[in-house]
Amino acid sequence: MFKARIEVTLKAKILDPQGKAIESSLHNLGFLNVSRVRTGKNIELFVEVATLDDAVSAVRLACEKLLANPVTEEYESELFSADGISLARFSSRDKSPRSAEKAE
Amino acid sequence: MTVARQVGVVVFPGSNCDRDTYNAFGSVLHQKVKFLWHKDTSLDGVDVVVLPGGFSYGDYLRSGAIARFSPIMNEVKKFADRGGIVLGICNGFQVLVEAGILPGALVKNENLKFVCRHVYIRVENTETPFTSQMKKGQVLKVPIAHGDGNFYADDDTLKRLQDNDEIVFRYSTSAGETTRTANPNGSLDNIAGVVNRRRNVLGMMPHPERASEQILGSASGVMVLKSVIESLN
Repeated sequence: MFKARIEVTLKAKILDPQGKAIESSLHNLGFLNVSRVRTGKNIELFVEVATLDDAVSAVRLACEKLLANPVTEEYESELFSADGISLARFSSRDKSPRSAEKAE
Repeated sequence: MTVARQVGVVVFPGSNCDRDTYNAFGSVLHQKVKFLWHKDTSLDGVDVVVLPGGFSYGDYLRSGAIARFSPIMNEVKKFADRGGIVLGICNGFQVLVEAGILPGALVKNENLKFVCRHVYIRVENTETPFTSQMKKGQVLKVPIAHGDGNFYADDDTLKRLQDNDEIVFRYSTSAGETTRTANPNGSLDNIAGVVNRRRNVLGMMPHPERASEQILGSASGVMVLKSVIESLN
């Protein structure tokens, strides 16, 4: 059993209006030295497989098929043992991103 | 219109424009309409498939991201691959891009607001089954109602859409000028609707079915639905 923590963020080129709204709110509160606020999603899941390699492939596949949209988003993931020891880290930037199912 | 056609309106949990669509095709255009449940594994021989607006699966994860894995979507994909006419409106458009049937993505509106009002869209390409009854440059008045309608595509995809005339509708002023202020959500190049290269699948954020009778404030949207039916005759 492995635990995965996945962070999905918008690609740098994509405008993040939530981040902008938070940033202007922080400025209004007096945090004038704050800039480039970006938001994202945090997803946690457990995966029941025998080896760490299997866990990495399962989580990677889940990210690429559903959890992140390859057109607009990137993902980073960290895998942990059941007792919380960090075992692996990987992200959508590790390899050339999956070519999105191109519409004809 | 000679023969009444069979229109199938897909219902996902959270669809909320399914009945408007049913009414527009049925009561206004006198076609046969049936609902197709998201768990169905057959399109039951319909001539046209419509993915209606709404908030399928509560827009969880991303708008359309969960609905695209509904059993019926396998059939919709096969139908589209065979050249069948598929119209995705609003959330239906979001489902089609998530499914990879149409290119690009629909991200959060630039101004962060849910925008619900009538807008003007200009017809850019009349060589599609969805616009055959219109003139190039014609302006339609149709409502939008979305929080995630900001069309995005990478540079290569955008160029391909432009070069292949796959942009069917652009947000414009009532006079047909595609200005920045006429763009309600920040969409790239004022894009309001695109077709696939084969031109049998259209996704659009505005709601033509909600502009199908004058009593609704505009009847110009019905031209989209009428074009679809005419293209089958």
